[in-house]
Amino acid sequence: MEIIMAFVCGFLFMAAIYLILSRSLLRIIIGTGLLSHGAHLLILTMGSFKGSAPPVLSDGVTDYVDPIPQALILTAIVISFGVTAFFLVLAYRAYQELQTDDMTLMKGSEDHE
Amino acid sequence: MKTNDVILQFTAKLVFFIIFFYAVHIFFAGHYTPGGGFVGGLVTASAIVLLVIAFDIKTVQSIIPINYLSLVAVGLIIAGGTAAFSMFMNEPFFTHYFDYFYLPLIGKTSLHTAALFDLGVYLVVVGVTMTIIQTIGEDE
Amino acid sequence: MNNFLLLPIIIPFFFGMILMFGQKKLAYQRITTLLGLLMAIIGALGLVYKVHADGPQTVTFGSWPAPFGITMVSDMVSALLVTTTLILAFFIVWYGFESIGKERERFFYYPGVMFIITGVNGAFTTGDIFNLFVFFEVLLMASYLLIVLGGEKAQLRESIKYILVNVISSAFFVITVAFLYSVVGTLSMADIALKITEINQPGIITVIAVLFLMVFGMKAAIFPLYFWLPSAYSAPPIPVLALFGALLTKVGVYAIMRTYTLFFTHDLAFTHELLLILSVITIIAGCIGALAHFDVKQIIIYNIVIAVGVILFGVAQMNEVALQGAMFYLVHDMIIKAALFMLIGIVIYISGTTNLRKMGGLMKTYPALGWFYLIAALGLAGVPPLSGFVGKLLIVQGGFQADNIWSSIFILASSLVVLLSVMRIFIYAFWGEQGQISNDVNKTTYNRLFFPTMILVFISILYGVGTEWITTLMGDAAKILVDPSIYTDAVMKGGE
Repeated sequence: MEIIMAFVCGFLFMAAIYLILSRSLLRIIIGTGLLSHGAHLLILTMGSFKGSAPPVLSDGVTDYVDPIPQALILTAIVISFGVTAFFLVLAYRAYQELQTDDMTLMKGSEDHE
Repeated sequence: MKTNDVILQFTAKLVFFIIFFYAVHIFFAGHYTPGGGFVGGLVTASAIVLLVIAFDIKTVQSIIPINYLSLVAVGLIIAGGTAAFSMFMNEPFFTHYFDYFYLPLIGKTSLHTAALFDLGVYLVVVGVTMTIIQTIGEDE
Repeated sequence: MNNFLLLPIIIPFFFGMILMFGQKKLAYQRITTLLGLLMAIIGALGLVYKVHADGPQTVTFGSWPAPFGITMVSDMVSALLVTTTLILAFFIVWYGFESIGKERERFFYYPGVMFIITGVNGAFTTGDIFNLFVFFEVLLMASYLLIVLGGEKAQLRESIKYILVNVISSAFFVITVAFLYSVVGTLSMADIALKITEINQPGIITVIAVLFLMVFGMKAAIFPLYFWLPSAYSAPPIPVLALFGALLTKVGVYAIMRTYTLFFTHDLAFTHELLLILSVITIIAGCIGALAHFDVKQIIIYNIVIAVGVILFGVAQMNEVALQGAMFYLVHDMIIKAALFMLIGIVIYISGTTNLRKMGGLMKTYPALGWFYLIAALGLAGVPPLSGFVGKLLIVQGGFQADNIWSSIFILASSLVVLLSVMRIFIYAFWGEQGQISNDVNKTTYNRLFFPTMILVFISILYGVGTEWITTLMGDAAKILVDPSIYTDAVMKGGE
């Protein structure tokens, strides 16, 4: 199971890097989304897959999975949700203001000597 | 081009309530089972977004006249206030309290201050999501 | 258990929330912000006193036992940094009344400042590695808001890069925490320190140490990862720039300092040697940038990079003298960078340009500004008895003790470059022929800008002259950094 997850994470990171290196702003944002998904999956994998029951309080359950990675992922998902949303709004504003979503046209600064 | 969206608008009105009550269900289910304020908030926001799609932002704003940024602030105050409450009881920050109560109609219920914290989270999520959607959608 | 140490985090948080209402009422916003910061400063000063008297204070959230819950730890290191942060924020906000612009003040500038303070203080105080990530995100979210606030073209363009860099570094942070968790099985920093010595797997821990260096180095702007800093920091207005320059990189520096003294101490020959080499190259890169630019903002921004290198050089020595020096220099740099940014903000306001070549002759019309700039510049370079001197002296002394003779001499030599780079501003802007002068310079505005700046420069002079009084506090801080068992004992036994 770990080896499959390692491949899935690797694939997600690969796709994320490909998208982040592209020129279009929207693709970059999707790339950062994939990057954080890969990271979340990695936390899950790193917490190991021992245990069968969900870590929710009920009688007679002794063989439950480690709840900490899940708590971490939940926190990380909330944060990446917020950041992605903010990034999208910003990208939209930048597109309106600068009339482009091409990153190569956004480099440098005007008053550069 | 004027589109005829009678069916969409009619269904949206009905489905909005179904989704909204499902969100409330998820919110309370989060007490002991998967669910909670974050998911509930997202589902509620998606219900409002459905209305925005069926009608438009101005109409929805007049149906639900809420300043979503204030909603975020209120949510943060509720969540932070719940966490800070235990400071006045001379317990560590974020200590929760719970007890069992006999309520009319429902019977024996456990009431937990974590639900208040979750309510704060719920309001923040609805507020943030709707603020973002309004910001992007406003100038179309 | 002591909730008192949370005050410097919670007070800005609650005031931030209150400030989200009534965006249009400027007087209310300004007064509430100052009031909140003042209350937090009083709390922080009380905290320093308490930590000095009773040793490190801890509180574990939700009454959980110590290694399982999220612990907040306030030792002398974090108490001093928290106090400095709040005092600087107070002056920067005060300075911002005249220069930030009413547009921004009405659009969540003050809540943004309050949330950034919450995040910075939380990151300084937390004793849980994942909670550190959460507080990093809090301060980053607030910084995203502040960096785009106003929505000028340059700001939008630079903030996109800034956010992208930080999103990627956050993802790396999460990945690194995942690796660390899988190896040691705990997130409490004190517990990690204990477990790392128990499990005895130096190879993988070294990998994680380097990954952490990468993550925090991105925030702290060390050598290969500082590329985003100069352009991102040049976009926002001066008060925001002062806030960022004084606080944000220092959070990364603090995180490196904490992790590299508390738990990555198993293989000093590799990890701390790497840190030493990187810090030296960071100084070189910063020096080149600071000398090459003719833009006043950029010169000071590159000086941030140099200072980061100097502090990390002190951390890399891993002996008490150098760590005490690093603490001295860290606090000094926060104060003096804020003061310098505020001073050049006034220079830019008067001359209406950021280009040094167009400035000149301000000494005739604004002599007070010139003298205060000179004091701040000498303090930055570490001329005795001003504030930078003691820190650098101790760092170099520690370097000699650790037998890093040449790199220590190099640190001394870099002070000259720092002095040259800031003196260049003095020579170009204050001496010589009358240069460009902005047409709408208002004398009251100038005075209102100058007053908080002047007090901050006085504080930095006091910090340098009054070293004797602070030495005991800094000694406490250095002791904790050298001997992690004080920290771990405080956390593990603090829950009782």
